[in-house]
Amino acid sequence: MSPAQVSRQHNPLRDPRDKRLPKIAGPCGLVMFGVTGDLATKKLMPAIYDLANRGLLPPGFSLVGFARRDWSEQDFGKIVHDAVKAHARTPFREEVWRNLAEGFRFVPGTFDDPAAFDLLAETVADLDASRGTGGNHAFYLSIPPGSFSTVCEQLQRSGLSEPSRGSWRRVVIEKPFGHDLASARQLNAVVEGVFPPDAVFRIDHYLGKETVQNLLALRFANQMFEPIWNANYVDHVQITMAEDIGIGGRAGYYDGIGAARDVIQNHLLQLLALTAMEEPVSFRADHLRAEKEKVLSAVRIPKDLARATARGQYAEGWQGGEQVVGYLQEKGVASGSTTETYAAVRLEIDTRRWAGVPFYLRTGKRLGKRVTEIAVVLKRAPHLPFNDTATEELGQNAIVIRVQPDEGVTIRFGSKVPGNQMEVRDVTMDFGYGRAFTESSPEAYERLILDVLLGEPPLFPRHEEVELSWQILDPIEDYWARQSRRLDQYASGGWGPRCADELMARDGREWRIP
Amino acid sequence: MIVDLPNTTTAEVSKKLVRLRDDVGAMALSRVLTLVVAVDETDVEAAVETANLASHQHPCRIVVVAAGNRRGTARLDAQIRVGGDAGASEVVVMRLYGALTGHGRSVVTPLLLADSPIVAWWPTWVPPDPSKDPIGEMASRRITDLAASTSKPKPALRRLAASYTPGDTDLAWTRITLWRGLLAAALDQAPYEPVTAVTVTGAPDSASVDLLGAWLGGRLRCPVTLARSRSGTGLIGVRLVRRSGDVDLVRPPDGNVATLSQVGQPERTLSLPHRSDAECLADELRRLDPDEVYADALVRGMQRVTQPRTLTASKAVARGDAPSPKEAEQDIKRLHRAAARVSRAAMESRPEPAAPPSDPDEVKAETRRRLAPDGATTTSSRRRRKGPS
Repeated sequence: MSPAQVSRQHNPLRDPRDKRLPKIAGPCGLVMFGVTGDLATKKLMPAIYDLANRGLLPPGFSLVGFARRDWSEQDFGKIVHDAVKAHARTPFREEVWRNLAEGFRFVPGTFDDPAAFDLLAETVADLDASRGTGGNHAFYLSIPPGSFSTVCEQLQRSGLSEPSRGSWRRVVIEKPFGHDLASARQLNAVVEGVFPPDAVFRIDHYLGKETVQNLLALRFANQMFEPIWNANYVDHVQITMAEDIGIGGRAGYYDGIGAARDVIQNHLLQLLALTAMEEPVSFRADHLRAEKEKVLSAVRIPKDLARATARGQYAEGWQGGEQVVGYLQEKGVASGSTTETYAAVRLEIDTRRWAGVPFYLRTGKRLGKRVTEIAVVLKRAPHLPFNDTATEELGQNAIVIRVQPDEGVTIRFGSKVPGNQMEVRDVTMDFGYGRAFTESSPEAYERLILDVLLGEPPLFPRHEEVELSWQILDPIEDYWARQSRRLDQYASGGWGPRCADELMARDGREWRIP
Repeated sequence: MIVDLPNTTTAEVSKKLVRLRDDVGAMALSRVLTLVVAVDETDVEAAVETANLASHQHPCRIVVVAAGNRRGTARLDAQIRVGGDAGASEVVVMRLYGALTGHGRSVVTPLLLADSPIVAWWPTWVPPDPSKDPIGEMASRRITDLAASTSKPKPALRRLAASYTPGDTDLAWTRITLWRGLLAAALDQAPYEPVTAVTVTGAPDSASVDLLGAWLGGRLRCPVTLARSRSGTGLIGVRLVRRSGDVDLVRPPDGNVATLSQVGQPERTLSLPHRSDAECLADELRRLDPDEVYADALVRGMQRVTQPRTLTASKAVARGDAPSPKEAEQDIKRLHRAAARVSRAAMESRPEPAAPPSDPDEVKAETRRRLAPDGATTTSSRRRRKGPS
């Protein structure tokens, strides 16, 4: 018998049945812009180390840092070392670190300096020769979007964006993807003018969270949820992302952007799409995307925006035992700013499945606690064979997908209170992802970085989705921009402004306390 | 919390478990499986510790069945550990004495979690036929560990192959997952040529060596030769022979760093740590379906593997059939030295590099200095440090 054939498509050592075999990325390197940023030191570098520790990075993996510092390689190594020590999820192993650190390079330079990119090109070529990165490089732009165009142009000019035959170049960008439809298109033109659409990876780290993927499993792998996942049984859906922190030192970024652009446009609309979409033909990236785009294009914003939206700013108050200042008193915020730190909207989806089911989206800073969840609230039972007093305390059944913290699923339903009287009260049934499976599930960024290196796009939104979500949000932002009155203030540490509660009350509903 | 229940019955144990759950909270509600550990009395602690570590990833109920003295009256001593003493799991240790030692199954059955998978694990011995074993028969997944059970893996592997039933697995197989992943990744790269022969170097007392050889032989449909190193050295190296050149993956004994060399690419070091038993056990608990790839290797792959009686590792190296672990060791040192600048510097306590952005002109000057032909982009040893600007 002749030996098994090997080709690009067929590797005899791979077998679809072999589920243990780890997916190790092929030879490649990562070039990181903005290595001094918070994201890079708190999330990206630790994630890279964790991947190395789990043996998922290819041999010869290289990390090139690019920043406006006159550092040497050692200084860069030190930065990564500290970041890893402080924030990595997996234990620190000297040998793993040493192996990883061998692939560190640092390029000092400013974005407007062509010479810096020539040096980068030289460094990358040198890595291909000395470490066998094979011409495969991903560029992680962890920098303000204002610099995207400069960097992209420079990458193109220096030939870095052009892969040679049989290799790849990818670019990774983080939100915000623009601040409205026009700017999103502009930004996209810049990035996709240099890199083909397949090579652009937009990171929305929420999509790397296990629960979001678990949402797909919950909906499409089970028989018990899908039959009720429609307007016949669902009363409404609440998608919440609450933060307990204020804007911190990010006034420069935040003021003028606001909660809706910062969170609703990307995270919440993505969660809405995953909650509401139809079953994809398969979990291939294009199939998944097709369904998300379909449902996003069916989202309708109510005609009367005054009654269907709410916003506010946090006022000073006590939160978690600490006295905090209000938004308008934060350093760097323009006086009389009308930037919202809380936003809530009611959306509807014009499909047969969701006709008449409102989707309430809310997000805010300085709220009661840090929590993200999707609550699918069911209708009341059409008939209750109990007398009124028995079901007085019975609320509506709900399926709650907790995205963070304590990822998991809660189901709320009625149960009899022990005793000789018939009395039904709400109880919850909890599934904790961390309790049933791994205590230390991989960080979202680990998954996302690995997917970038493997070239697996299912978890990354495409430009079309970004455009669709701006189309949803733009009219709301326009409406808000036309309002001149002062924003409602809400006490820090609470659950948002009164107008948001009124928004729900008008529909005869109320916000869940997450 | 540890609760001792001497001379007891399983009904008592169950009752106590429910009571503890009420006291401590609903901790046992999301256990996903029952892990039944069959072990000798002397090895209980080590087994429980490993299982506890593994349970951090897969909360489970651990039921340890420890057979004690077979003579004397039948007796059951139980111990329940929950909370901090049991990792993320709850542990029931049952010591059986007298005639009861032959009826482990009867004490396990009442303690199984409802409607969830059962995994059996024999940390220190391999039953003659795991799937026919009273405890193995209940389990959907049966984990043996040849490395801890025998120093003569070949006959043991033959026995496991003869009695293989879907759901069987061995930790010797789990230990080579990273090796397999790296070798598969190496074949993902050009040149795409068939592998015509394989040499696996390793200790004769390691079943992992045989299993890796069998897997490679079965998948690549080529002859596999095993070259033997000293006992206790474990798996050392693999060579895949291809027309344009070999793929060599070598991990010198006692190290956690390996070298990978293949045509068209520079030699590279990579970390290939020895995996702990807990890690391997956790890995096994992740997949509860039969491992068909293991079955292929165990049952069919073995026939492609030959182990010439006299072929020692050093002879194979001398003949040019196997990669040399000594050379690999030197290469690792050399490559480490070459790169030590960065890593060592980072390990030393150094003053924080300039945190505020450096002066743009200085940055540009640094760029140009490095770009200059003699500036040697990556090997500059002249360091020109400036204080924070």
